[in-house]
Amino acid sequence: MANRYFPHTPDDVRRMLDVCGASSLADLYSDVPDELLMKRPYGLPESMSEPEVRAWFDAAFARCTPLTCFAGAGAYDHYTPAAIAAITSRSEFLTAYTPYQPEISQGTLQYIFEYQSMMASLTGLDVSNASMYDGATATAEAMIMAVNSARKKRRILVSATINPEVSRVVATYARYQNIAVETIPEHDGVTDREVLKDMLGAGDVAGVIAQSPNYYGIIEDFEGWADDIHAAKALFIINSPALPLAVLKTPGEWGADIAVGDAQSLGMPLNYGGPYLGYMTTRQSLIRKLPGRIVGATVDDRGQRVFVLTLQAREQHIRREKATSNICSNQGLMTLHAAMYMALMGERGLREVNSLSASAAHELARRLEASGKMKLSHPDKPFLNEFTMTVADGYDTATVLEALRKAGILGGVAIDEREMIIACTETRTKADIESYVSTINNL
Amino acid sequence: MNRRLYDKLIFEHSHSGRHGCDLPRAIWPDALADIPESLMRAEATALPEVDEPTVVRHYTNQSTNNFGVDTGFYPLGSCTMKYNPKLNEALASAPAIAGLHPHAPACSAQGALEIYWTLQRALSEIGGMVEFTLNPFAGAHGELTGLMVIHAWHDSREDYARTKVLVPDSAHGTNPASAHIAGYEVVEVKSLADGTVDVEDLRSKLGTDVAAVMMTNPNTVGMFEKNIPAIAEAVHAAGALLYYDGANLNPMVGMARPGDMGFDVMHINLHKTFSTPHGGGGPGAGPVGVRAGLEEFLPAPRVFKNPDGTYSIEEPGGKDSLGRISSWLGNYTVFIRALAYILTLGADGLAHVGPLATLNANYVMHSLDDLYLLPIPGPCKHEFVFDGLRDKSTGVTTLHIAKRLLDLGFHAPTIYFPLLFHESLMIEPTETESIETLDGFIKAMRRIADESFKDPELVKSAPHDTPAGRADDTEAALHPIVTYAQYLAKNGHD
Repeated sequence: MANRYFPHTPDDVRRMLDVCGASSLADLYSDVPDELLMKRPYGLPESMSEPEVRAWFDAAFARCTPLTCFAGAGAYDHYTPAAIAAITSRSEFLTAYTPYQPEISQGTLQYIFEYQSMMASLTGLDVSNASMYDGATATAEAMIMAVNSARKKRRILVSATINPEVSRVVATYARYQNIAVETIPEHDGVTDREVLKDMLGAGDVAGVIAQSPNYYGIIEDFEGWADDIHAAKALFIINSPALPLAVLKTPGEWGADIAVGDAQSLGMPLNYGGPYLGYMTTRQSLIRKLPGRIVGATVDDRGQRVFVLTLQAREQHIRREKATSNICSNQGLMTLHAAMYMALMGERGLREVNSLSASAAHELARRLEASGKMKLSHPDKPFLNEFTMTVADGYDTATVLEALRKAGILGGVAIDEREMIIACTETRTKADIESYVSTINNL
Repeated sequence: MNRRLYDKLIFEHSHSGRHGCDLPRAIWPDALADIPESLMRAEATALPEVDEPTVVRHYTNQSTNNFGVDTGFYPLGSCTMKYNPKLNEALASAPAIAGLHPHAPACSAQGALEIYWTLQRALSEIGGMVEFTLNPFAGAHGELTGLMVIHAWHDSREDYARTKVLVPDSAHGTNPASAHIAGYEVVEVKSLADGTVDVEDLRSKLGTDVAAVMMTNPNTVGMFEKNIPAIAEAVHAAGALLYYDGANLNPMVGMARPGDMGFDVMHINLHKTFSTPHGGGGPGAGPVGVRAGLEEFLPAPRVFKNPDGTYSIEEPGGKDSLGRISSWLGNYTVFIRALAYILTLGADGLAHVGPLATLNANYVMHSLDDLYLLPIPGPCKHEFVFDGLRDKSTGVTTLHIAKRLLDLGFHAPTIYFPLLFHESLMIEPTETESIETLDGFIKAMRRIADESFKDPELVKSAPHDTPAGRADDTEAALHPIVTYAQYLAKNGHD
């Protein structure tokens, strides 16, 4: 057969058909009703050689204009160490299935165990699963976990300062689970704690979801939250991008029960939105409620320390409709990326990346305020590498972002006509920031 | 794959003072100093301190504990472990995409949107559907999305009485789990002795309380559901929709389309049928297709081609819109790989995918059914199920056979699934395997059957020649140790 992926020669096909007692390949489909068989080729182009396919994609890639990235809002342009791609592209990792046969899958199981260990430490909680799809679906799964843990209570309170992409996914999952999602209002860019207390007081709350650094880049102060939430017998769920947790007070330190978020900030390429990595960690007492796969240590019959998929009684292939979640595949290879990134960086490197990113962001915020064309929306609130600006009267965010785009800059993410969110990472140079500021000064 | 276990964890290479990265020099004052102490973490992270060569050598050694498609034959039923072309990997790491932020304006992402749209159109043609969303992250996520689309459709008609989803007893485990998460009660439909759905049982369970029927075709025993036209008619007459679980789409490629069979909604596992790598359990992609009339219920955001040839990304917000099921467009680089595969094969190459996959499966089945029990005689499609060895007197089970195969250089088939048989051994060779590879596998399976008589203990105590031996799963589940900190707490520090 004329394709490099098919090893079959016409002679092979004849020999194999003989063994099957069939006279043609069509014979093997004799059980398919004739009216269902396609009588024409697909309406798709003819096959292409490798250089032709490359040329097709090169032309498409050329229609993507590179911009210097100052956008965040959930995806950050951090540097990816070259060692990571060198390892994640190894076909022993890349072309393996889920590690159902631990005897020949220790590589996958070991790196997932390492990832779980690092993620538990990063979030300050006891245990981690083997990953979720992304930060948004991880948050939705945390909501379901809270409802399952609370039995009959079905109210979930979600802070207004959470990333809207995340809250939209949460709303979609809630809709068909008959979970009532209510928004805790914000005040000056942070969750309004007084209103939260009232909402908790009304009863029936299974869980509270808040984000820090929040959508506006502000570091929320959750002091006392865990006591209030636990007094209402609800679970406290904190969503955070992974990287800032290396320096910020952790979900565990705030007293949260579940930490979720996107680990894209651990040096994963932007890739137009994916693949990223959802993480989910929790307390030891909740491990049997945790959705998704979990890798555990044990010993083999040769006395070696080995790793296996464990606690599978929670999972869909055993429990079917009674499973805690329908998740099957997760983001496997991205956990290797995350583990390698954290190993290469270590505590010191992660602190430095946060420091460089935050310092660049603070410098840019100072210079933009000095331009007189925009000001910090919440000047008294602490932020790390991301902040929200309000454009001055006479300007709007669309005009500002378009001017920046013409200068080769992705200037941020507009919240509305007046406000936009701007992020910096360690990859933004002094020249990048000069260019951003001069474009704004010339508006 | 090495035969000896590389047993270290990265934490066991840690040496105080080492680091594996060099960052740009700071030019501005450290902004972390301005953040109140009460908002900063007090506890140190338990991360290793390792240099780059140590990290690279560690993970390279770990990889030698692993078996992948590039290592050898992977006849894992229902998983479609076909070859993952290298060109696709090269394209998927394009810098133009790696640096493209999901909030980049559409005008600077035209090529990326074109790739999405082109794949969406190709899948629609292959599935016989009117439109696809590529946003779902995996097959199970696609099932969930598809069922939510169905839910949204019934809701738009104010038909709120439909609370059940019918699922065959041979279905993949994700089907009932997805239906449950989509808010439905699951009702099982029986299979007949030939492995196909019992149409009478299905009819008796259809009614105004049924929202959808989920099926895979061919089913999990590899049989084509030939009554599918009658099933589709009955499902539609009852006001329900028919969902196609695309996990078994591979043998249909080039031969028949789910849309033509009467399916209304379907998902495709790009990491199965369209050759994208499984990555040890992800990232995959589970695009969802719908027939005409259901497009408006697809999740946001959606990608459109405009009359002037440009592409746009839009967030339809009508009252019937499902909303989002992912932050952005899903696992984007998986789409590049799948489209590269489709463009490489083209209409002429795709026409051979199903028939060659089916040929390979039938060839293996006919070469082993004298020694292994074939509960449902063929012809099969892409996969088939043995119910263990014909001769059960040796005490050798499916688990033993699977583990002995690892010794002989093959990945095990899917075992103890489907649940229809006690000793299920589900074999799917895919079209990218040569006759020599299949003959090697057949020889190994025949050798195991022979060993089961001559030296059953050898088979029962397998594997012998793998990096790790049989693991104590019970201990792992009774006293879970899921982090290195927990491991140290139990075993003490070195």
